Amino acid sequence: MSAAVKPGLVADSVKDAAIAALLVAVLGFFFFALRTDIGTGGLDLTYRWGLWFIAIAIAFGGRLLLNLFVFKTAKPITGGMSISIPEGVKSGIGRVLGPVLLLIALTLPFIVMAVYPDRDRQFIDLAILIMTYVMLGWGLNIVVGLAGLLDLGYVAFYAVGAYSFALLAQYFQIGFWTALPLAGLLAAVWGIILGYPVLRLRGDYLAIVTLAFGEIIRVVLLNWYEFTGGPDGISGIPKPSFFGLDFSRTGGFAEFFGLDYDSIHRFIYLYYIILILALITNFVTLRLRKLPIGRAWEALREDEIACRSLGINTTNTKLTAFSIGAMFGGLAGSFFATRQGFISPESFTFLESAIILAIVVLGGLGSQIGVVIASVVMIGGIEILRNLGFLKEIFGPDFEPTQYRMLIFGLAMVLIMVWKPRGIISSRNPSAVYKERKKISSDMVAQGEGH
Amino acid sequence: MENAMKTPPAQTWDDNVVLSVEHLTMRFGGLIAVNDLSFNVGRGDITALIGPNGAGKTTVFNCVTGFYKPTEGRIVMRHGAGLQADKIEALTRTGRQFNDDGDDRVFLLERMPDFEISKRAKVARTFQNIRLFGGMTALENLLVAQHNPLMLASSMTIGGIFNLPGYRKARAEAIDFAAYWLEKTGLIDRADDPAADLPYGDQRRLEIARAMCTKPHLLCLDEPAAGLNPRESTELNNLLQYIRKDHGTSILLIEHDMGVVMEISDHVVVLDYGQKISDGTADQVKNDPKVISAYLGVDEDEVAAVEESIDMPVIHGKTKPAENGEGGQS
Amino acid sequence: MEYFLQQLINGLTLGSIYGLIAIGYTMVYGIIGMINFAHGDIFMVGSFIALATFLALVAIGISALPLILFITLLVAMLFTSAWGWTVERLAYRPLRGSFRLAPLITAIGMSIVLQNFVQITQGARVKPLPPQIQGGVTLIEGVTENGTIAVQLSYMQMIIIATTLALMIGFSLLISKTSLGRSQRACEQDQKMAALLGVNVDRTISLTFVMGAALAAVAGFMFLLLYGVIDFYIGFLAGVKAFTAAVLGGIGSLPGAMLGGLLIGLIEVFWSGYFSVEYKDVAAFSILVIVLIFMPSGLLGKPEVEKV
Repeated sequence: MSAAVKPGLVADSVKDAAIAALLVAVLGFFFFALRTDIGTGGLDLTYRWGLWFIAIAIAFGGRLLLNLFVFKTAKPITGGMSISIPEGVKSGIGRVLGPVLLLIALTLPFIVMAVYPDRDRQFIDLAILIMTYVMLGWGLNIVVGLAGLLDLGYVAFYAVGAYSFALLAQYFQIGFWTALPLAGLLAAVWGIILGYPVLRLRGDYLAIVTLAFGEIIRVVLLNWYEFTGGPDGISGIPKPSFFGLDFSRTGGFAEFFGLDYDSIHRFIYLYYIILILALITNFVTLRLRKLPIGRAWEALREDEIACRSLGINTTNTKLTAFSIGAMFGGLAGSFFATRQGFISPESFTFLESAIILAIVVLGGLGSQIGVVIASVVMIGGIEILRNLGFLKEIFGPDFEPTQYRMLIFGLAMVLIMVWKPRGIISSRNPSAVYKERKKISSDMVAQGEGH
Repeated sequence: MENAMKTPPAQTWDDNVVLSVEHLTMRFGGLIAVNDLSFNVGRGDITALIGPNGAGKTTVFNCVTGFYKPTEGRIVMRHGAGLQADKIEALTRTGRQFNDDGDDRVFLLERMPDFEISKRAKVARTFQNIRLFGGMTALENLLVAQHNPLMLASSMTIGGIFNLPGYRKARAEAIDFAAYWLEKTGLIDRADDPAADLPYGDQRRLEIARAMCTKPHLLCLDEPAAGLNPRESTELNNLLQYIRKDHGTSILLIEHDMGVVMEISDHVVVLDYGQKISDGTADQVKNDPKVISAYLGVDEDEVAAVEESIDMPVIHGKTKPAENGEGGQS
Repeated sequence: MEYFLQQLINGLTLGSIYGLIAIGYTMVYGIIGMINFAHGDIFMVGSFIALATFLALVAIGISALPLILFITLLVAMLFTSAWGWTVERLAYRPLRGSFRLAPLITAIGMSIVLQNFVQITQGARVKPLPPQIQGGVTLIEGVTENGTIAVQLSYMQMIIIATTLALMIGFSLLISKTSLGRSQRACEQDQKMAALLGVNVDRTISLTFVMGAALAAVAGFMFLLLYGVIDFYIGFLAGVKAFTAAVLGGIGSLPGAMLGGLLIGLIEVFWSGYFSVEYKDVAAFSILVIVLIFMPSGLLGKPEVEKV
């Protein structure tokens, strides 16, 4: 290590690490060292001094290493990690990245089947999950990224879409393809109903009201037992058919095309449905961005008062963004219902809204590719934890890696934001060009609500 | 047409009026920002609204452009020539916002929401602290200003999604129109740069270009020369003259830079403490003892003495320190 | 009538707890203009610390209940403050002056982290604590067709309301009389200017988080004693309701937060008592929506004027 050693580096680092360790000792005392459990005759208190000391030691050691090699040195080892890409190459990558990702997405099921024949179902299912979040992220991107309206209750529209389809199927025996547009429409209408009264609120207030709406819808779904099944949810939601063909063992898709029946067909089919839905979302968003309505959304995000001075009806403009975003949320919700075959209010908690918003913000507001990257990293990343069974051998059979998923998800949210406050992809593409297309640095782009 | 404070009788702006402000009063809680103010803006004129800080000029602007609802008073915008007094009285009685006279409509601005004032009454404005869409390019800024016609051309977005020829044509025309104004304001080379990246003076001009893209009958400029250097000030004068001459757009401006005001204004209205203290041509106003006393902060009868002692030909208001170019963002 | 009075007392008790949490929201919002999304979870952390302290004190053999309660309260306030400080340090300070969505996301991230941290280290199951303070005074005894009905004011409720009142008065004095309070108000007005005039802005903001966390810890302890059940998820709902309280009272105003808290507590209790328990959260959320739409500056807040 050729790190330039500054005078007093080691002493400083040790001191700093000691402070960090002390902090962990204080913070962790009641959580690592003590544990309460229900025992006979009330709560039992168990002491875990070992765990506490390990946590303190890890904090001290980790902080010390970070100090010595990253934070305080003149030449941190991570310096080598941030490769500086020349501007030309960067824009070249930007141009190529989209088509390459599209190509991968289009052929993914077959790649997976070829590379992981014995785990293809699991991976395609994961791809479906990621793609659902990509679609939700793109839908929310219209509201938050383009129009600059902070929506923390996006899951409400996801729920409206899912429940619309489930209830239509339950009460009217309507199939997926008929219900899909209806669900989208219903979600859009709900977007207008919920949006109209609250859109003049600013920033955080809008966020908290949309959060409240999301919770109200969830509580109603939970308690309206006669209609929605309450906490039991709705099961037996029909699967989508392929031009009238079911994916059943007999008389379905496989028989018609002379294939051997394999349940993977349905997974592949579902994958392509969500892929197409997502691509439609993307196409519409990209198209709208270049139209007056999309430009008005972005102008709204930049400066609402200036918009009004130019004759733009800001209420209507916000409502269109809100309802179009809601519509895509609803479509994704219908898909979610058909994929799961079962829905309950538990799937539509605030956490879900937070995850979708995190994907949009971490990806870089307004950036379509950013949403894809963030979805793959965040959703795919936490799913990897499911596959870390070998850790059990190290930490013992009680160690359950999956329970750390959300903890790591939350930490990742914090770290990525601190590292890149404007998200992973942080430049804006102008919607109209006179002579030369120039990327706009995100430092100039506003985030909405008069800031 | 009543106009109580007509100092010299029958000026041109009282005959061919584009905007008349009548008995405008604006109260914020107990504070009276504008008190029973009446004045006319002549068609094709450059009218300046001046006065010391806190005189209520920007409040008047905000009332005219609909950002504030006046407490009392009537603000009439005329698209057709002449005073049209009967029509205005008739319209006032109906409770409607404007009448159905095709291209010769009259509008009662105090009844209209802000965006409708720009869209229908064709009154455009700029802001004292520049409000550009900082993250959008200069070209995009001017396209946003053409939102309403473009929305129609894209058949409310449906035609636009499928890129129908009608929309393509309208879009090309909109870009041409934007390019025309970028050319006129000398910003054509920066068309594809984000607005927040432009120097301060360019931002001021871009904001004017953007307002012009709404094809206004009346352009309201809130301190357009603030923070400009002398050369930029001269360019601004030329631009305003051009807008007035070649586009027939009337201009109402708030300005502290008396050089600009005296040079280009056909008509000057002076406010102090929310009230009109003088109204006339630049020369008339310049020599009005009331104005001088308001600016110098002395009694009227002391004006001559003070003026002599400091020997000042032109009144200078507050000079704003040049701000850095982060205007539209903060 | 008796039923009404009893509900009133219950509502005021619950409202005191909301009010204590709401003060944390209102102070932080006042000083940095952001919702501290992790504040509800700080409250939850506070209740867990209080629980563990309480059990530990019992385990080492202290038998005087008032002493246990007092030490528990102090320890919970102290250690929860450390959590509040850490949240500010990790989620807010690195993003000071950055774009406003970034701290919102980090705060939501911290909220997820806190919930899952507590879930992992303390388990997902609820923690029941049998009632520690029993008894009370009967205020009114009435006779109805169905027998007697009494209006009870339990010692527990008295303690909660009294502690809240005492803390409220203490904090009001702290804000209005000390130099820390003056720095806080200066930072609320204009951080840059405050910094230029020698106010240590970072320290002031940190202290604001610490004070908010300390009050949230008190609320957490009260919640534990009152309901006798806590789990890692209590922070979310309590947090949203307390935020509602802060908005209802007028964000940025300490008495407003307290007033809002009491109102939300009363609304929730009366709604549950007279309409339906299931929809009590809907009632609280609806109040939030209605207040924000029709009265965005709240009951005691200053109206915000749109500057053009």
